[in-house]
Amino acid sequence: MKAIVCVKQVPDTQGKVAVKADGTMDRAAMATITNPDDLNAVEAALQLKDETGCEVVVVTMGPPPAEGMLRELIARGADRGVLVSGREFGGSDTFATSQILAAAVNKIGVGPEDIVFCGRQAIDGDTAQVGPQIAEKLHLPQVTYVTDIKKEGNAVVVKRQLEDGYMELKVNTPCLLTCIKELNNPRYMSVSGIFECYDKPIDVFDYNTLKDDPLIETDTIGLKGSPTNVYKSFAPPVKGAGMMVEDAAQLVGILNDKHLI
Amino acid sequence: MAEFNAMDTAAFKGVWVFCEQREGQIQTISYQLLSEGRKLANDLGVELCGVVMGSELNEDYIKALGGYGADRVYYIDSPLLKDYTTDGYAKALCDLIMDKKPEIMLIGATNLGRDLGPRCAARLHTGLTADCTHLDVDVEKYKDFLRTTSNIDVDNTKFEENTNLKMTRPAFGGHLMATIICPRFRPQMSTVRPGVMQTQAFDEAGAAKVVVEKVTPELTADDIHVEILDIKKSAKKLVDLIGADVVVSVGRGISSDVEKGIALAEELAGVLGGVVGASRAVTDEGWLSSDHQVGQTGKTVHPRIYVALGISGAIQHVAGMQDSETIIAINKNESAPIFDVASYGIVGDLFKVVPELIKEIRAAKA
Repeated sequence: MKAIVCVKQVPDTQGKVAVKADGTMDRAAMATITNPDDLNAVEAALQLKDETGCEVVVVTMGPPPAEGMLRELIARGADRGVLVSGREFGGSDTFATSQILAAAVNKIGVGPEDIVFCGRQAIDGDTAQVGPQIAEKLHLPQVTYVTDIKKEGNAVVVKRQLEDGYMELKVNTPCLLTCIKELNNPRYMSVSGIFECYDKPIDVFDYNTLKDDPLIETDTIGLKGSPTNVYKSFAPPVKGAGMMVEDAAQLVGILNDKHLI
Repeated sequence: MAEFNAMDTAAFKGVWVFCEQREGQIQTISYQLLSEGRKLANDLGVELCGVVMGSELNEDYIKALGGYGADRVYYIDSPLLKDYTTDGYAKALCDLIMDKKPEIMLIGATNLGRDLGPRCAARLHTGLTADCTHLDVDVEKYKDFLRTTSNIDVDNTKFEENTNLKMTRPAFGGHLMATIICPRFRPQMSTVRPGVMQTQAFDEAGAAKVVVEKVTPELTADDIHVEILDIKKSAKKLVDLIGADVVVSVGRGISSDVEKGIALAEELAGVLGGVVGASRAVTDEGWLSSDHQVGQTGKTVHPRIYVALGISGAIQHVAGMQDSETIIAINKNESAPIFDVASYGIVGDLFKVVPELIKEIRAAKA
């Protein structure tokens, strides 16, 4: 069996965020990291490997430098990486992205016992859409917001987080699960893993590799295949500087005058 | 069923709101969305419809959707829809959308709505914009919105005139706002963050005249590939951050004495009539449970008063509280970014300032 994990390289929004003069993000000036929820997804796959000896394949769509991230994930314990990269894929919204990733997962092949893992959401787009959209396009059942996973034969029993508790669900494989930080603590790269990661295979899937998949049409991928477009983008206004007050007494005086308390 | 073509945009009409129920109770996000959907339906001159799915739901709850603006409610009733499953809900909702063809579909960005929305958008082959904070169809109203919330020189910018849904959402943790449109496909789908839209006052007349249409879905147990074994509510007391009038939040600044820091926040929240929130640093450390978390990955709040105690003001936190009416920040570090969004700031040790603040407020109220 296999665990296929879809991962994304994202700008580190915890760090300094660079904005260009026109108000758009200056991605080139920002450090990149593996999306945090995706690390939980990789860890979930690696735990399944510890338990069952399954193969772990990490897949990402992005520019060629994203290969470095795949090597890091191999150094954590993944068996091989797939880099989905091509000019034709650029400008994709979540619909088109899931179209391409679903085709890539099809190419890798989803067997009857396999599980596809994704993170809940990427910190740059925050949409949480790509996982469920891949599941729909692969006709797989999905469980999102997963906080616990137990493999039971050809099924998994998972806990799905709700705002005020959780649901316990049983789903047959193959299936797609999206993972959140409460699921596990991602392991670090091992020294031997770092040494070995450069000898492990990374396949590059470009447009020609995937073009025979029915999901890949010129009007279903890239900018042209994206149902949503940006109409306007803008920086939110900077709030006017507030007032610094000396102590609690002065603050309460002001709040009282303004009838706030 | 008629042929469904998402690109035949002229065939679609009406504004729909997915009205989420859990254990038979309509969720408050549904009322927020209906109130917002009412405005859009008025601007377009079309009907506002609620869609509620469940089994043996209380009719009064369904009628009440009219009181928040719905002209019509499609009640999809089936024992298979009693509790949420992706498969069951997606099939029932998509089948109805393909049949009736609404032009706009709004869904609450709850843990369930964020599961359902993308599954349906992928099946319908249409666009979905996530976690929107502002919606317009009318270009003039959109310009008015930009005048107060953006750096765009509205009067010297060209705007394409259309009635596409303009879905505005924060991106990159609130560093950038993007307005997204879905011009070529229908329905235009949007998930909306709970707590962002205001609920209109309940209107008895609306509830009295709402048209309820019961729908029996073509759904069998074989359509559902996930089995619900159990649904558990967490034992701990829930924190109603979104509905709170006052939120007193704590950040890493309480680390030197966590217990005392939380106790002070609780006492201050007590005198102000509010609840305690937290930054992600605090919930990650396990000092408070994650339902206290305010911010990008937590809850969005806009209380009358927001007090930030020992919170530096990382953009991820600010994204969840910047629309509070009055923000009060207490922090030792005078260059903490929280002071950039605070209405009032005090530079000082929260362990010294907060007890004084509690004393002064008690005295002022006496």
